[in-house]
Amino acid sequence: MSKFTKKKKGLPPISTASLPDIVFMLLFFFMVTTVMRETDPLIDVRVPTATEVQKLERKNLVSYIWVGKPKMKYREKYGNTDKIQLNDKFAAVSDIKNFILAERASKKEEEIPYMTTSIKADEEANMGIISDIKIELRDINALKINYATHKGTDPKKENN
Amino acid sequence: MARRDTPEINAGSMADIAFLLLIFFLVTTTMDVTSGISRKLPEKPPKDAPPPPKIKERNIFEVTINRNNMLFVEGGIMDINDLREAAKKFIDNGGGTISAGTEKNDCDYCEGEKDPNSSDNPSKAIISLQNDRGTAYKTYIAVQNELVAAYSEIRDRYSLKKFGRRFGELTTDQQKVVKDAYPQIISEAEPNKS
Repeated sequence: MSKFTKKKKGLPPISTASLPDIVFMLLFFFMVTTVMRETDPLIDVRVPTATEVQKLERKNLVSYIWVGKPKMKYREKYGNTDKIQLNDKFAAVSDIKNFILAERASKKEEEIPYMTTSIKADEEANMGIISDIKIELRDINALKINYATHKGTDPKKENN
Repeated sequence: MARRDTPEINAGSMADIAFLLLIFFLVTTTMDVTSGISRKLPEKPPKDAPPPPKIKERNIFEVTINRNNMLFVEGGIMDINDLREAAKKFIDNGGGTISAGTEKNDCDYCEGEKDPNSSDNPSKAIISLQNDRGTAYKTYIAVQNELVAAYSEIRDRYSLKKFGRRFGELTTDQQKVVKDAYPQIISEAEPNKS
């Protein structure tokens, strides 16, 4: 009789034995590519778009200066005019020199000429504050600068 | 010797652990590439520096942006859409003439109009950019973008003619040749105090 017993129908269960391998692969990918977020932006920054952008190589040699209006939750305390953020706190224009010097001190001697300062400024910011920053940077000989922009549409089209 | 069988370790929770780590790295990762318009600031002149040499008026291309984000180019109002062409025309003018006894002043590769009232040659052509303290950053970047674009279009054209490839595809040595032919000279004056 056993010859006629019905064979069990249905798909065999999918083996999930290789799932950990797949996940580990993804994990290693993210572990290798990840850069921990170093600063917590206190400022709302929407960088302008431009067409002639260059990628910045050697991220560890880039120091960032953020310029823009404080985020909503900080507006009561700090007002809503353009502010500068260095590392994790708001700063004045006169703090930039020390900030760059500190950045320099943490790098190797031979890398210092390749250091770049990236200005991440909001598109609504005024040039006054940017010019002040530029004068400070020039005073201390940090001449390589970069205006952070997104690669994208021509900026002039949405301008007028 | 009697060996005791060690029971197999259950690896079923391995996936959960890995997922947990994966999600942690997914959340903390920042993938933004830093990109932007690179510029070099002028060096600070030493206190006892001699006054800079006089530059002929025709070799300067003046661009001023006022506080209402309007553009004044060479004394007249200009729309930003015309800036690129005007800058290209100025850079590539090549109006210099060969005069005996002086440094090389003409430009044998320029394709411009050779207007004697515009720039002598690309290495003498200076674009001077001045802005007001009230100028919007966005406009400033747009103008910078146009000026850089003018240079890169001219460089592309020159390298296509000379090497048959675009500027970005040249070797470093070839790029240097093109850069020497058309150096990017954008000078930024300090803003108007107002």
